[in-house]
Amino acid sequence: MRLSAKKTEENIFKVLMITSTGVVVGSLLMVFAVVLIKGAPAMSLSMITSVPQGGYYLGKGGGILNAIVGSLYLAFGATILALLLALPVALYLQKDYIGKSRFARVVRFSLDVLWGVPSIVYGVFGFIIMLYLGIRASLLGGIFVLALLELPIMIRAMDEVIKMVPQELKEASYATGANRLETVSRVVLRQVSPGIVSAVILAFGRGIGDAASILFTAGYTDRLPHSLLDPVASLPLAVFFQISTPFPEVQQRAYASALVLLIIVLALSILSRTIAKRYTKYIIR
Amino acid sequence: MSKQINFRRLKDLVTSRLMLGATIFASLLVVLIAVGLFQKSLPILSLKSLPELIFSSAWYPVKGQFGFWPFIVGTFSVTVLAMVLAIPLCILTSIYLAEYAPGWARNTVKPAIDLLAGIPSVVFGLCGILVLIPIVREFAAIFGVTTNGYNMLTGGIVLAIMVFPVIISISEEVIRNVPHGMREVPLALGSTKWQATKLVVMRGALPGIIAAVILGFSRAFGETMAVLMVVGNVAKIPSSIFDPVYPLAPLIANNYGEMMSIPLYDSALLFAALILLFIVFLFNIGASYIMVKVQNNYAT
Repeated sequence: MRLSAKKTEENIFKVLMITSTGVVVGSLLMVFAVVLIKGAPAMSLSMITSVPQGGYYLGKGGGILNAIVGSLYLAFGATILALLLALPVALYLQKDYIGKSRFARVVRFSLDVLWGVPSIVYGVFGFIIMLYLGIRASLLGGIFVLALLELPIMIRAMDEVIKMVPQELKEASYATGANRLETVSRVVLRQVSPGIVSAVILAFGRGIGDAASILFTAGYTDRLPHSLLDPVASLPLAVFFQISTPFPEVQQRAYASALVLLIIVLALSILSRTIAKRYTKYIIR
Repeated sequence: MSKQINFRRLKDLVTSRLMLGATIFASLLVVLIAVGLFQKSLPILSLKSLPELIFSSAWYPVKGQFGFWPFIVGTFSVTVLAMVLAIPLCILTSIYLAEYAPGWARNTVKPAIDLLAGIPSVVFGLCGILVLIPIVREFAAIFGVTTNGYNMLTGGIVLAIMVFPVIISISEEVIRNVPHGMREVPLALGSTKWQATKLVVMRGALPGIIAAVILGFSRAFGETMAVLMVVGNVAKIPSSIFDPVYPLAPLIANNYGEMMSIPLYDSALLFAALILLFIVFLFNIGASYIMVKVQNNYAT
């Protein structure tokens, strides 16, 4: 009797657990399905190769090329800028430099906080800085804010992989008389290069999908940007602005934008995973 | 020879100083953001008292009245609702993935959940509008409530889906890291797998799961676009889950940048951002305090 009671409990919870997993996975599939079902019919060649024409926001011709190009510019710029700062920081966090000191703990903590800062706060902060410097909503402003947003994501992902480099490998390098810089640049970086690339792609994916931070800082325009000081359109904001119009034709473009955005993000995510997995076979363990 | 050594040393020294500089800059960034927001909220803080700003419900920017209470209540209520929906699902899923799932299931579901983490928030908002709003409208009708579907419940569901990956990835890892020997003791005494999980593994993993939940909360707390698109944005204290709410982040997103003509409005919105930052900061302190303790437990 007792035995069957605990068996029943086991079975009930097994069902609950499988149901929960089903709900979680189901909600993911729902997101994909909705974007695909709504986005696919709205897709056409002219949608992704032309910028908005006259009367676009009333449902007339044109596409979302301005948003696609804008998003790529923003994310590339931001990722390069973030990389320049993230790589030295991630390397400096290792044992070879500050190691496990109190300072290292403070730095890691503040990076954790930075990681949790809502993107709207980055947007507002970026806008304050831009007002201070006299820059208007532009590609430059958007790149700057997205770089701040990507920075903690990139540092954390890089730190995770660099930490894994075997101590013996570094010691072998030190034993040949190499100093820290030589060890880090010729041994450690070579070891973790796939990890670094996948961290960079991860940050790029986050950057391209964020809307709240560029809402005030990048602006929105129907034209392609020609300089860093031009305002620039972006895919997430294209989704946001176009879904809130009352015209079904314009809403179609929101779906198309969401589909393009989702495809980019997924492709990046899969690419980052593959790189991290595949190229580890060239690494000394 | 010695000259070359000096040059090598010099390079090492210079680069390490540059790296130190970068590190200091990166870690001061959060301080910089806090100071920037604080300085910009000073105009409103010097005119109104803190309790008045936080606890007053009068939000009439044109008349110079800035009471944040409806927005604070809105933020907390939608976030708490999301957590209530997400926590049981996430914990059960994490236990399943860590303890029960066959290898193939774990190896498909985990990466899929990680993919979910990368989906942009506007996409969640879009799906909320297209799928959840009609469902919630029908659901409310069962209780005899008429709503357009843009309300707290819809926002809560969208947020819950968004925090799934945050909570699951951390708690699954924490559960798996509970030492194997701890499971074997109850199993050897004749317990079922679930009993061993419930009584021993979960006890060991609890602090880590709490940290995961805190991080999920803080993520949901500052979420902007997805929430903005589905919660209705009405600055009133909600009386049921079918009422619209207006959290802080959407308030900033909707009004910042175009409020220059109303005095103090700008300062008030930056104060809202400061509140968000401060709460996220508190949550992070809590989560990392717990995580450090967890790591120490396993280390000894």
